[in-house]
Amino acid sequence: MNIDLMPMLPELFLLTATCILLLIDVFSKDFDRLQTYRLAQLSLLITGVMVIAQFPDLQYHLYQRHFILDPMAGIVKVSVIALSMVGMMFARPYILQRPILRGEYFILHLFAVLGMMVLAGGGSLLTLYLGLELLSLSLYALVAMHRHSTLASEAAVKYFVMGAIASGFLLYGMSMVYGVTGKIHITDIALYLETHQASLTLRFGLVFMVVAMAFKFGAVPFQMWVPDVYHGAPTSVTAFIASAPKIAAFALVIRILGYGFEQVLIDWQGMLIIMATLSIVIGNLVALAQDNIKRLLAYSAIAHVGYFLLGIIAGTGAGYSASFFYIITYAIMSLGGFGCLIYLAKGKQEVELISELKGLGQRNPWGGLLISFLFLSMAGIPPFVGFWAKLEVIRAVLDVDLVWLAVLAAVMSVVGLFYYLKVVKVIFFDAPESEIKVKAERGLRLALGITGVAVVALGLFPAQLLEVCRQAFQYL
Amino acid sequence: MLEQLPILSLLIWIPVIGGLVIMFGPGDRLLAVSQRLGLFLGILTLFLSCWLGWAFATDTAQMQFMENNRWIPSLNIHYALAIDGISLPLIVLTSLIGLLVLISATAAIKKRQSQYFAAVLMLTGLMNGVFAAQDAILFYVFWEAMLIPMFLLIGIWGGPNRVYATVKFFLFTFFGSIFMLVALIYMGREADSFAIYDLQNLPLSLTEQKWIFFAFLLAFAVKIPMFPVHTWLPDAHVEAPTGGSVILAAIMLKMGGYGFLRFSLPVTPDAVAEYAYWIILFSLIAIVYVGLVALAQKDMKKLIAYSSIAHMGFVTLGTFIIVYLTASQAQSMALQGAMVQMISHGLVSGALFFSIGVLYDRMHSREIADYGGVVNSMPIFASLLMLFILANAGLPGTSGFVGEFFVIIASFQADWRIAMVAALTLILAAAYSLWVYKRVIFGKTASEAVARLEDVTKRERLVLFTLAILIIALGVYPQPLIEIMQPSLEKIIESATLTKIGGLG
Repeated sequence: MNIDLMPMLPELFLLTATCILLLIDVFSKDFDRLQTYRLAQLSLLITGVMVIAQFPDLQYHLYQRHFILDPMAGIVKVSVIALSMVGMMFARPYILQRPILRGEYFILHLFAVLGMMVLAGGGSLLTLYLGLELLSLSLYALVAMHRHSTLASEAAVKYFVMGAIASGFLLYGMSMVYGVTGKIHITDIALYLETHQASLTLRFGLVFMVVAMAFKFGAVPFQMWVPDVYHGAPTSVTAFIASAPKIAAFALVIRILGYGFEQVLIDWQGMLIIMATLSIVIGNLVALAQDNIKRLLAYSAIAHVGYFLLGIIAGTGAGYSASFFYIITYAIMSLGGFGCLIYLAKGKQEVELISELKGLGQRNPWGGLLISFLFLSMAGIPPFVGFWAKLEVIRAVLDVDLVWLAVLAAVMSVVGLFYYLKVVKVIFFDAPESEIKVKAERGLRLALGITGVAVVALGLFPAQLLEVCRQAFQYL
Repeated sequence: MLEQLPILSLLIWIPVIGGLVIMFGPGDRLLAVSQRLGLFLGILTLFLSCWLGWAFATDTAQMQFMENNRWIPSLNIHYALAIDGISLPLIVLTSLIGLLVLISATAAIKKRQSQYFAAVLMLTGLMNGVFAAQDAILFYVFWEAMLIPMFLLIGIWGGPNRVYATVKFFLFTFFGSIFMLVALIYMGREADSFAIYDLQNLPLSLTEQKWIFFAFLLAFAVKIPMFPVHTWLPDAHVEAPTGGSVILAAIMLKMGGYGFLRFSLPVTPDAVAEYAYWIILFSLIAIVYVGLVALAQKDMKKLIAYSSIAHMGFVTLGTFIIVYLTASQAQSMALQGAMVQMISHGLVSGALFFSIGVLYDRMHSREIADYGGVVNSMPIFASLLMLFILANAGLPGTSGFVGEFFVIIASFQADWRIAMVAALTLILAAAYSLWVYKRVIFGKTASEAVARLEDVTKRERLVLFTLAILIIALGVYPQPLIEIMQPSLEKIIESATLTKIGGLG
């Protein structure tokens, strides 16, 4: 048998590189783990270059159709790698200060990226599940890294238990679907649904899978774990969890719902509408009451998931590309949002409360400005990129004549603006309580700068990214 | 030479980028450089806008100085700029007021002055963008982006309760405009284009028009502001620094009126015909009720803020009364009145807020009761303020008279009762304006501090005299302004009186 391994080269390379790195790290005498960090960044960079080098212009189904290579997978991989690289830039100075400086941190990071890449290219229920598990297990371990912190341990256990239940649901749903259709490939399931009536069991299976995906995303009513995990996990891990894996989860949703179950759109659309509405309303309203920035961002993440679902609800190519754009830009903003907490941390002392940001605009004009950009972007104020994301999803739901949902989304964004403004207000209008300037190391400033500039640059010139997202779904 | 330049882009981006350069370049460390650069950019912007006025062809309703580039091809959004006779006066006004605010700020603002300069410059550029944008989404981007510098302006340099006021301001206006965004996207889908021109020609059923009309109404009514969504304005004005108040009153309020003319009338003519009655009713309430509220104010800035709301009532009245007019001459008179009122109010309210700023910088109080007998120590100031106060009351010979007079005459032809109620303003405005003038300027010298007041400085004189000259010029000879607007207004009347429903079949 002659198998061409080229299409899977980036994944294979990353796997090999990670394993080698694991060995190097064990024998490394480098106390700072600088070597591991640099090699990890390097392997991500090379993987990214490989992905770009063989960026597919069409959709290819490879390896007995378990593996899909298409523009969407390509974009997911590139953005996941880019975000992970910036995420590691945030992470290194943070873990240097804390007892979680181990080589495994970066290696788990790499395994998570590998999981996401497999997920993005999953062509069958099996590969999708494998990718998701690889990602999830790495994340559980990352959250638990901070062994001596009770908060982190609690978060890790919660995350693990919840995540395991969700995976169970997913597997259960998949087995039901397999039981009815006898198919494991996404395309086969789609074909089956074109010729057969969807049976009750199949629909049950679909419901289980939707629930599992909602768990992973943290959409209401499956959001309970989000604030605790985001709050409890080491901030650098939170920043990572809240960014790249969301894009990968998007790929999961699209592969299953968009490609596999498009015929029964009517069955899952209603569920998503309820979840989106609840997420937007509850996420935004509860965020109003938060004093803790991490919790505020966690609830805002729930609200953003609601917005993101709007595009999926539309069930059209335009809708999916709107969601795609939304989730990519949100991942950037979210990474920056949590990243700024790392940036502001003074040694081991982390910034917890909003009031600790007082007068940041005077102490650190640049830092204050970048953070405000990120928050205003999350609120959807032009000229920042969050505005285009919001515009796109509202357009998507208007396309399918769900005007009330568009209006609700618009109204709730005013509520959102209120709590984002609360942060901006504290940064610029309150007098500083101390004269201490934030002293962040260069890599950290660079990472924050990248996210801040991305938010502005994509806000002024969103055409390119929009076009790329649109082309990812031209076959639908 | 100037013809080849993308002049509208320059009007927007010179101040915006200049503001950024000032903030991150010289900043407060090299304040003198920041000041000079800021003033230079302000003068340059004003010069460009004046050149625009000079090169503008007044005999056509065509859009001029067109710039059209693809911005986001996948959504068919364009970076399209152009102006007609409605935009031009507002752009000139914006550039002028922006420069005057900068001039007065060099002395009045003590802390973080370079950032203040930056905020004002950026605000000027973005507001020019609002008036020049010919693509609905571009318009919206400027419309919202403008809130950020204003938010900072009030929040950083404002009075004691500034944070409450600025958050309220931001939320109110954002709440208003988010529905406009939904409406714009909806129409953009229908028309497959976001060009304002295409939206104006888009056939819409009556139901659609009604919803879109309300979405626009919410956005523009909050901005202008109309009774009963005016409550953010007095708060914002009272807390804002002088320059913020001036920009707010002189230009931001005009955006509501501009929006009505640019969007509401041409895009949803049938819904306008349906609901004009209510708008007129609320305008009359604003004119009379808010006028009465103004009488009761103890704070000078609040008083002028309420008087602004009452004056803006004339703009909405003039805009929507055309539905009830049949003679085209009366219709164009109504719209001319509304437009002249906007420009004039920009000058007059700007001048009044500058004057209050002059007093506030010396006394650090805006309470009317703290003043009295100012004329003894500040005679030049007193005579200038007299002019502004009379213009505010609508004295013939000042610009304040022209707009109100036009609107009242036009509405008389629709219904004499409307004209009657509207004309009450002549009494009310005179009452609150003159009364506050009497209490502040005349009477016994209120305190030692008042007696020691120094008269206007050279810088203040420059600002106030400029405005005074313009107010009188516009009052005596408004014809050039009207000529500039006339063709564009006629086009609006034409599209506002045509039904859009028939086209659907």
